Order: sequence, then structure tokens, then C-alpha cells
Amino acid sequence: QSCREQIVQMLNELPELFNGTHEVESCLGAALKAAYKMISPTGGRITILQGSLPNLGPGALTSREGGQQKDKIDSGLLGPTTDFYKKLALECSGQQVAVDLFVLSNQHVDLATISGISKFSGGQVSSFIGYHSHKNLSVAEKFDKAFRRYLTRKIGFESVMRIRCTRGMSLHTFHGHFFVRSTDLLSLPNVNPDAGFGMQVSIDEDLKDSREVSFQAALLYTSSKGERRIRVHTLCLPTSNSLQEIVQGADQQCIVGLLAKMAVDRSLNASIYDAKEAFINACIDIISRWRMVQCANQPGALLVSPNLSLVPLYILALLKSFAFTQRSGVPLDERTMSMINMKCLPLTGLIQSMYPDLYRVDQLEKVKTIEDEEGILIPDPDRIQLSAENIAMSGVYLMDLGDIMYLYLGKVTSSFFCEKIFGVSKVMDVDENLLDLPELDNEDSERLRALIHHLNNKKSHPVPIKIVRDDSNQRHLFISMLIDDRSQASYSYYELLQQLKSEIK
Amino acid sequence: MAFTFAAFSYIVALIIDAFLIFFAIFHIISFDELKTDYKNPIDQCNSLNPLVLPEYVMHLLFNVLFLFAGEWFSLLLNAPLIAYHVHRYLHRPVMSGPGLYDPTSIMNADTLNKCQKEGWIKLAFYLLAFFYYLYGMIYSLISN
Repeated sequence: QSCREQIVQMLNELPELFNGTHEVESCLGAALKAAYKMISPTGGRITILQGSLPNLGPGALTSREGGQQKDKIDSGLLGPTTDFYKKLALECSGQQVAVDLFVLSNQHVDLATISGISKFSGGQVSSFIGYHSHKNLSVAEKFDKAFRRYLTRKIGFESVMRIRCTRGMSLHTFHGHFFVRSTDLLSLPNVNPDAGFGMQVSIDEDLKDSREVSFQAALLYTSSKGERRIRVHTLCLPTSNSLQEIVQGADQQCIVGLLAKMAVDRSLNASIYDAKEAFINACIDIISRWRMVQCANQPGALLVSPNLSLVPLYILALLKSFAFTQRSGVPLDERTMSMINMKCLPLTGLIQSMYPDLYRVDQLEKVKTIEDEEGILIPDPDRIQLSAENIAMSGVYLMDLGDIMYLYLGKVTSSFFCEKIFGVSKVMDVDENLLDLPELDNEDSERLRALIHHLNNKKSHPVPIKIVRDDSNQRHLFISMLIDDRSQASYSYYELLQQLKSEIK
Repeated sequence: MAFTFAAFSYIVALIIDAFLIFFAIFHIISFDELKTDYKNPIDQCNSLNPLVLPEYVMHLLFNVLFLFAGEWFSLLLNAPLIAYHVHRYLHRPVMSGPGLYDPTSIMNADTLNKCQKEGWIKLAFYLLAFFYYLYGMIYSLISN
């Protein structure tokens, strides 16, 4: 409180201080060391907003982009080149300092190396590649909303998490941003509500004597008011000796989430190609085991347990994501960021970013409605599968990716819709730089905005909308997320199923 | 009794092997301490990493002596271990100082078990090699 005036004054002066300078190198390492020295007596949080490659001073890096036109991405390119940031992160973790990283640049910043500073100190990494406050308004808006959430959300300091399980099982591998201090103790200098973690459990002994197994996760942290609190979650699951029951109780989203985390590890240790093979093998295992359990043999069909039927679709989405895709032209930083997201996003966010929700929104008056908590009627359109055969030229579609929403306007969208929602008569006139829908006073506009508001309420912070017209040059943003279709260097959903069928025979 | 160069190389091998046995035991104890939460990974890696290169260099040293002394069988016995050391060191995680162990990746249950097994196997190997060098030394001292 006492320094508020000085801080505000410094923030006002900062843009002017370096206005005409010719030295444009970034010395992230030196800045981090200085910040660490200042904050280590009390612990806390350091936030980095990185705009270019750090190429001066300790921890200087060189650009690694540009050498991989070949199909096989060298796994060395996905890992760090120097352990300066990792070592600094371990020191920070010891002093209960977490480092969060926001990447706002247009060029390569070697995210694979500098993300090490957040990975082991419990921080989060977000990237807003292509940020420009004037020219790229949608990314700027995304950053604005995400940063507001970052500054205003709840936080826990100096935390440790311990997970225990019934005797006979042990925790094996941990996925997420923390430091593993001992076999089941995770040290998190900051714990934030938007983080996701994954653990692999191995069964060491026969569990046939126990009717149920339990897991207990305890998080000990200091709240922002200075109170030391502990939060405990306990989960008890039944055991069974029937394979059919086990398969029918499986959670497919969790399976796919954990497979994604394991695949990221495999890509870093072996190669992306191995990780992709492992994905396909996982699908094949699920299908062939179910066939064994059911002892059924329908030659033309692929039998899957109904609660695991979306696994091949999600695996296809993973194979097409930035992290594992084989198509050329994916910048290294995007690939690394996608891998980091797979490890850190909470499960619902991960599934949504891989396989977005798609709704048709141009005829919401015909759709059934549900009531939300305040009694307002919200339209509840069905989710559509992501394939171009479901996209009509006259339709308008809303695609929810978790951190941004795309509103796609078909080529022959009715002018009635354009007038009601945007106030213009032709699709061509709709302004693509709109960040939110205009608040026009008619039923259609209110319904659409109510739907978007309802979707935003389920997320941690409201996300911006990007308008994508069919004739714009940003059309690929929408089209590339149509997972079910064949695209450059990857299959369509149908082709994947054919390949699985041929490998199982 | 003829004090040949071969005998000298076996004596050196015996002494160095005693040290290597000590290193192997130290490794096993360290990993056991990690597993039972007695120590934290950062300190443990800081104590293990400086020992890795000296161990490899010492092992290489007496093998070079075997090479000069013409003790081909002993050299052949140790050749796989030299190849394994080289392979292990080339595939270590990215780190600026010497060493093989990285505190962030060492706490994986798989890695811990693998390193412990490696420690036990090396201990067994060095122990058997110790008795073989003893035999070799006496043989080369007695024979002329």
C-alpha cells in the first residue's frame, strides 16, 4: 500500500524510458536472477512477459527454428538446450517462489528452454503468439481477459501436495508443473485454481482381498489472507475381478488425457513418431481386449464398449493437434506450447481444446431451451461432429475451443440473420474485428448472447469471440479444427477406423 | 617371483576396484535414501553427480594398463562395461555440470528402480572382478 504511488509512477514512465534505444537484446536470465534475489526472503510470485528471444547475459539462447523442414522433428528440439532455467527454477522452488511465463511475441523465443523456469517452480505458461495491441485485436483481447483472471483469481502460497493410496498401489509418475520432492510429496510454491495434474498409479500387489481402494489427495497451503489451510479430497473406488465391469467403468476422457501426458513424455525422451505409434496401439488394445471379453466376432464391425466409443475420435484429435501433428510449417514454439497445455490444462479444458464444441446458432428459436440458475431460458443446441459435411453454406456456427470462440458465417447466410445480430444487411459487411457481439435489442441477438454468456459462465474467465467469415483469409482457423475430415498429412476419422480394423485382424 | 608389468597392472586394478566397489555401495545407499524420503533429490544429486566421471575415468585407467600389459582376457571382460558407460554418458539429460542425475527427473519410480538395479549389478560385477584380479595378480607374480 505504501509504495502504490511509486509503482504507478514507474508504470507510467516505463514506456518512455527505453523509447529510442538501439539495444534490443533481451537478458531474461539476469533479470530473473535479480528478481529472485529480491523476492527470496519472503517467497511469492514472479511474472514474466516475454517478447523476444533472450540472447544476452546468463541463460542466453540461440534460435532453433528454421532447421526442420523434414518430417521427423528431432526430439532434441523439443527439450531444453541449457539447464540454467531449470536450476533457477529449483532454487526458486526452495524459496517458495513461483515463476509464471506469458509469451507475447511474433518470433521464436525457444519456449522449450525457458518454460523450464515455470515447470519446476509451480508456475503457469501461456502463449499469445502474434500479440500486437493494434494489429491483432483478437489475440490482444485474449491476453487482456486471461491476464485479468491471472491477477484476480485465488491463490495459495508455499503449498505441498501429498497423495496417498491404499497399500498395494503406489504412485509412479507425476505430470504437471511442480517439483517432486519425494516419492509422493509435490512441492508447489504457488497453487492456482486453473492448473491440472496427472498421476500414474501402479498396482504392486494383488488386490483381491480388498473390496475397495481409496486415494487421498491433501493440499497444504497458505491462503492469501495468511492462514495456513489444508484441503483434503478422498476418493474410494470399488474393485472387481470381472474384466467386463472394469471396462464398463472406465472414463474415456480421463484415459485420453493421461495418454496425452504420457505421449508428451515419450516425445521428449524418444520421438514424436514413437508417441504416435503408442496412441494407435492404445486404441488397438482397447478394441481387441473388448472383443476378447465379449467373445463376439462381427467381421465388419469394430466392437467397443459404449463408454469407450469416443476414444478413437479423441486420439484422432490428439494426432492432429499442434503437439503431435506431422504437417510441416508448425512453429516449434506452438508445438511446445501445445505439449505444455496437454500436461497442465484441467481435463475439460484439454478435451475442449483438442476437440472443440460446435453448435449451429442461426436458428436458435427452433432449438429446445433449458433453464439456468437464474431462471432465464437458454437455448441448448446439440453438439455437432466436426466435419465439413455438417457445415451448411447458409448456416452460422459457434465453435468453442476453451480459450477462444469462433463464430463462423457461411457464404450464403441469410441477411435476416445478419441484420438481427450484427445490424448489417450482407454477410460481406460484417466487421471481422469485432470482439463481442453488438448488443442489439431483438430476440435473436438476445438469445445468441445468452447462449454465449452461458458457455462463458462454465469457464474460469469469459473468452473473446472471433468472427470468421467464409471469404476471409482467417478461414483456415475454423476449417483446420474440423477434425473428422482428412487434412494435409493426416487421416479422416473414417480412415483411422479403417486402419485400426486392418491392424486388429 | 617376477614383478612384471602385468602384475603391476593387476595390483593397480585391485586397488582401484576397491574404490569402485565403494562407489557402487554409495550409489545403492543413495537411491535407497531417496526412495525412503530420507533425503531430498537436489542434495542427493549434488552428492552423486561429482562421483560419476571419476568412476568412469578410474575404470578406464586400469583397462588401459591391461591393454599395455597385454592382458587381453581381462580387457575383454571389462569392454562391455566401458561401452555401457560411454552410452550412458552420451544419453544423459541436459545439464551444465558433469553427472548423470537430474533432480527433476530422478523421482520417477521407474528411474529410481532402474538406477538401483544398475547399482546392484555393478556391485556384483566389481566384486567378482576383484577376486579375478586377485587371482590374476598371484598368477602373474608366480609365473615367469
